[in-house]
Amino acid sequence: MSDTELRVSKIRNGTVIDHVTGGQALNVLTILDIDGSAGEQVSVGMNVPSGRLGRKDVVKVEDRELSQSEVDVLSLIAPEATINIIRDYEVVEKLRVERPDVVTGILACPNTNCITSGSEPVESRFEVLPDGVRCEYCGTIVREQIAEHIESQ
Amino acid sequence: MPQDHLVTAKELSRDDIEAILDRAVEIADDPSAFRERHADTLLALCFFEPSTRTKMSFDAAAKRLGGETVDMGSVESSSVKKGESLADTMRVVEGYADAIVLRHPSEGSAKMASEFVDVPLINAGDGAGHHPSQTLLDLFTIRESAGLDDLTIGIMGDLKYGRTVHSLSTALTNFDARQHFISPESLRLPRSVRYDLHEAGAQVREHTDLEAILPELDVLYVTRIQRERFPDENEYRKVAGEYQIDAETLDDAKADLSIMHPLPRVDEIAPDIDETTHANYFEQAHNGVPVRMALLDRLL
Repeated sequence: MSDTELRVSKIRNGTVIDHVTGGQALNVLTILDIDGSAGEQVSVGMNVPSGRLGRKDVVKVEDRELSQSEVDVLSLIAPEATINIIRDYEVVEKLRVERPDVVTGILACPNTNCITSGSEPVESRFEVLPDGVRCEYCGTIVREQIAEHIESQ
Repeated sequence: MPQDHLVTAKELSRDDIEAILDRAVEIADDPSAFRERHADTLLALCFFEPSTRTKMSFDAAAKRLGGETVDMGSVESSSVKKGESLADTMRVVEGYADAIVLRHPSEGSAKMASEFVDVPLINAGDGAGHHPSQTLLDLFTIRESAGLDDLTIGIMGDLKYGRTVHSLSTALTNFDARQHFISPESLRLPRSVRYDLHEAGAQVREHTDLEAILPELDVLYVTRIQRERFPDENEYRKVAGEYQIDAETLDDAKADLSIMHPLPRVDEIAPDIDETTHANYFEQAHNGVPVRMALLDRLL
């Protein structure tokens, strides 16, 4: 059993999100709209040693299997993440995050004069660029610290 | 144009632009031939910000095509004052009119509004975002005076918040145009516009003063440096003075340099330029009617 697994206990059924960029675990939960209010059991390991990343975060969500489209948005803040779907303690599927073309309803536009920043009935929508994201309404480009713009933060 | 809206200049291909400008030439040459072309059509003018030229020229364009207009009136006298969303206003207005012209103070407002309506929607200015119908009349004016290929154009003033600049520079990527942007550091083109220009492979250079580049220019497009953008009045005065031109400034310019401005001007173009052959800004404003007639003719 590895050091990481010892720090965060194994789960019976659910999803393990591994190789998350160190310090981004709580943002991962925000993106996935997991706040514990639905009764999910969630384990979080932060800044645990990683051979590949140096330091990484690990998130384990019990009794919930994430879809590919759900995990794709994680690429914005955790491009190296790997997702293991667990059933009866066994990894039955491994997913890699892939950068989506568009993310909807996840990020808030930093332009306070953008129409999505007001009270209009419109969800934010960002085109995913090779090195950032771009608001499809006002065109604002965000390249740095994208996690700061996650909507429900 | 891939859809029946005009939201940004990015939607305009070279073919689109040339077709609209060609039609505008036909209209300017013989307005009477188009007098009843769009009789029984109704254009909604929804201006959430004050406007003189854009609103009046759309009004005139619709009427010169035989159509009518219905005007939302001022924000103070509309349901906006009661807290109605733009989305709801647009959904109501689309039931009244065959097309909508929208000006709104928020960036992205026209894009959002276009998603709520089925009638054609024209962005007549969305905050500091875009103003594509202005761009069409700018291109018409440039084509008349200097041609759109092998063009060297200087665009000077408030490039950060100047929506006419954002649309014009984007549209010019369809042509063989060398674009020189002249502004204070604090009012450079926004990142999003520079990104589009780079993606389009545009020939672009940025400058902080006009002097060195002026002799090369076929067109100098001047915009107002907006006092309200500066938190410090002294900072405004310092930069605004650097970007004012007068007849003497143009001593080193080409004899056929065309000076343009989307208007209103304040003091960035001195009145002594008005009487020179360089002054093209009033002609530019007049071109708004035939160009917007051509645009309406395409969308209606």
